[in-house]
Amino acid sequence: MKQIIDKSRRYSAIALLSGLVLLAGSSFLRAADAPAASPPAETAPTATPSSPDAPAAEVLQIAILMAREIRPDRLPPLSLLDIAPADDGLAGAKLAIDDNNTTGRFLKQNFTLDVVENSDSAALVAEIVKRVDAGAAFIVADVSAPTLLALSDALKDKAAVIFNTSAPDENLREENCRANVKHTAPSRTMLSDALSQYLAWKRWGNWVLIEGPAPEDKLLAEAYRRSAQRFGMKIVEQRTFKYDPGSRRSDGGFEQIQQQIPTFTQKLPPHDVVVVADEGELFGEYFPYRTWDARPVAGSAGLVPTSWHPAVELWGGTQFQNRFKRLAGRNMRALDYNVWMAVRSVGEAATRKKTNDPKELIEYMRSPEFELAAFKGRKLTYRTWNGQLRQPVLLATGKIHVTVSPQPGFLHQLTELDTLGVDKPESKCQAHGK
Amino acid sequence: MKLSNALLALPLLAMSLTLAAPSAFAYRIFVSNEKENTITVIDSEKLEVIHTIQVGNRPRGIILANEGKWIIVCTSDDNRMQVYDTKTFQWVKDLPSGPDPELPILHASGNPLYVSNEDDNLVTVVDIMTGKLVTDIPVGVEPEGMGMSPDGKVLVNTSETTNMAHFITTDGFKNFDNILVDNRPRVAEFKADGSEVWVSAEIGGTVTIIDPADRKIKGKINFEIQGITKDAIQPVGVRFTKDGKKAFVALGPANRVAVVNGETFKVEKYILVGQRVWNLGMTPDEKLLFTTNGTSNDVTVIDVPSERAVKSIKTGRYPWGVVSSSD
Repeated sequence: MKQIIDKSRRYSAIALLSGLVLLAGSSFLRAADAPAASPPAETAPTATPSSPDAPAAEVLQIAILMAREIRPDRLPPLSLLDIAPADDGLAGAKLAIDDNNTTGRFLKQNFTLDVVENSDSAALVAEIVKRVDAGAAFIVADVSAPTLLALSDALKDKAAVIFNTSAPDENLREENCRANVKHTAPSRTMLSDALSQYLAWKRWGNWVLIEGPAPEDKLLAEAYRRSAQRFGMKIVEQRTFKYDPGSRRSDGGFEQIQQQIPTFTQKLPPHDVVVVADEGELFGEYFPYRTWDARPVAGSAGLVPTSWHPAVELWGGTQFQNRFKRLAGRNMRALDYNVWMAVRSVGEAATRKKTNDPKELIEYMRSPEFELAAFKGRKLTYRTWNGQLRQPVLLATGKIHVTVSPQPGFLHQLTELDTLGVDKPESKCQAHGK
Repeated sequence: MKLSNALLALPLLAMSLTLAAPSAFAYRIFVSNEKENTITVIDSEKLEVIHTIQVGNRPRGIILANEGKWIIVCTSDDNRMQVYDTKTFQWVKDLPSGPDPELPILHASGNPLYVSNEDDNLVTVVDIMTGKLVTDIPVGVEPEGMGMSPDGKVLVNTSETTNMAHFITTDGFKNFDNILVDNRPRVAEFKADGSEVWVSAEIGGTVTIIDPADRKIKGKINFEIQGITKDAIQPVGVRFTKDGKKAFVALGPANRVAVVNGETFKVEKYILVGQRVWNLGMTPDEKLLFTTNGTSNDVTVIDVPSERAVKSIKTGRYPWGVVSSSD
């Protein structure tokens, strides 16, 4: 196979990308510094540009601590478009802090953000414990599943709550659930149920399941198997795609992939759709348009279930996306959104309870009275039995959403959102009580 | 899904739209179609579409102005408002606004106009006769609902993400109170006698009743519909009869309009209408109420005295706001 090396193509792609980033970078001071056209009246906090100049004694301070585990060993995704920006998630926290403060300045509450980063899991946990002992109570975590477990155990019996914004692992919500953890990231089964419902609605009932060799691919494939069974879908064949990731940014490659994928998907039994389980985004994108049979691809590539998509304009999303772009100079990603929901949860609780007392706020967030508006067309609430945030899940292509699950017709006695993911009667979580 | 069928049927609708004179004692009902960039004009007597006005991008909030001679519509994606003649349906002029204007309201005297700019945390004040921007008032995140007290002294603006009703004086634009309501407040509507302002919370699923005199919460309306889950009940539009005894509340994806007793705040009835009902417009004689049903592309006509849905009329795509002519 010949490989044509064309370096100029690579450079133009990078130039294009940086151009995009520059586009929206100009003005991001909006929420807090709206210009005061009319002189602010003494009693009107509206036009105060930033809260700190208000009398400090009256303002309730609420500090959010973001914990980021830097994972340099993670392989970059296949597409240049999918490379995580340095402030992935962090930008979502900043927007939520701004949003919290816009309400906060009317209620004399001030929210601040602090960030702890480390690639060493143990050091990260130790640092957070130190901060919690010094008074931090609201930990927004973008960490791996093992680090999250270590962190939650280290903070046991302390007045602190951890928001899991990135780990989709079922066991963190099930066997290894912890009373001090809330999950704004959807679990794997929520994502897979969302896709399965739509494929059921489409009557694409015969699936081929392709799973990758990584442990998380196995877990994701397991979630798809469960979802297929749950909604009456049939997996007609499963294949494991073994590959050597190699270098991501090579100049050639498609020539071989073009041969490899059709061969790999040859001689499959009749099927409607190819579902790919590739959580690391390392090979899934190779499948659309390359399968032996002309079939759509879904799962980790093609039609993808996700908590957020930068093209969503539903339910007031336009303004939300615009605000984010002004702040971060880029599109909002799913992690940004998950983090935003976590920080907004604290803000919403403080708004309703009018306090900064961690115990009271944590208690309230745990109660069925707590509800969050998060541009999903309905209120979001935390499942009382395992701390998972209920949420509609988008099914989207790279460009735009195709649909939003739960799908019409999938009913539930309490809320249709509980048709996504492990439901209360089947939950193995004990830590949250009844 | 039914929606796709409805979309396919649209070209038929467009073909049937020719200029027809409104009948003798009929009102003209103006419906802004968010996704189609048009205003559908309906004759309230014949209950038929008599005209379609091509307008700017993403028409949403729509009101009557200049003693009934104009309609003013927010063309949100153009970052301005447009004025059309209520009789000739011709474009009159454009008016400035901030970014992404959503809901306009007039001062009780008829001028100036206050418009919420959803994308800029500002309410813009515009003189509709001169077309000049008077000032901007900073408010909460995603300003939306706009209410005007009948005496013209107080403007109430709701902000969707701040979850507050901001009380602002029209004389000096002083923000003198901020009342927390439930999640995602959409509409603030005063009773004709100024005794109450009702604020609907779309995600919270409630309507909060505030006494504008002391800004105390007088009551909160919850809705319960058999067979509909709580989170599908999303109140948006609110309209009162002039005597304040009856209120209609549009309930979004619950596909119903609630009839609420204006004195006891009890829900007396739910009227089944089209899908995702958002805004309401009543004829001045209080005989008919029109509801915009976003996802079914129609308006439902409700007979106000009998509280019954009498007809649905096809509009353009994603009908958003609705207002009746004054004569």
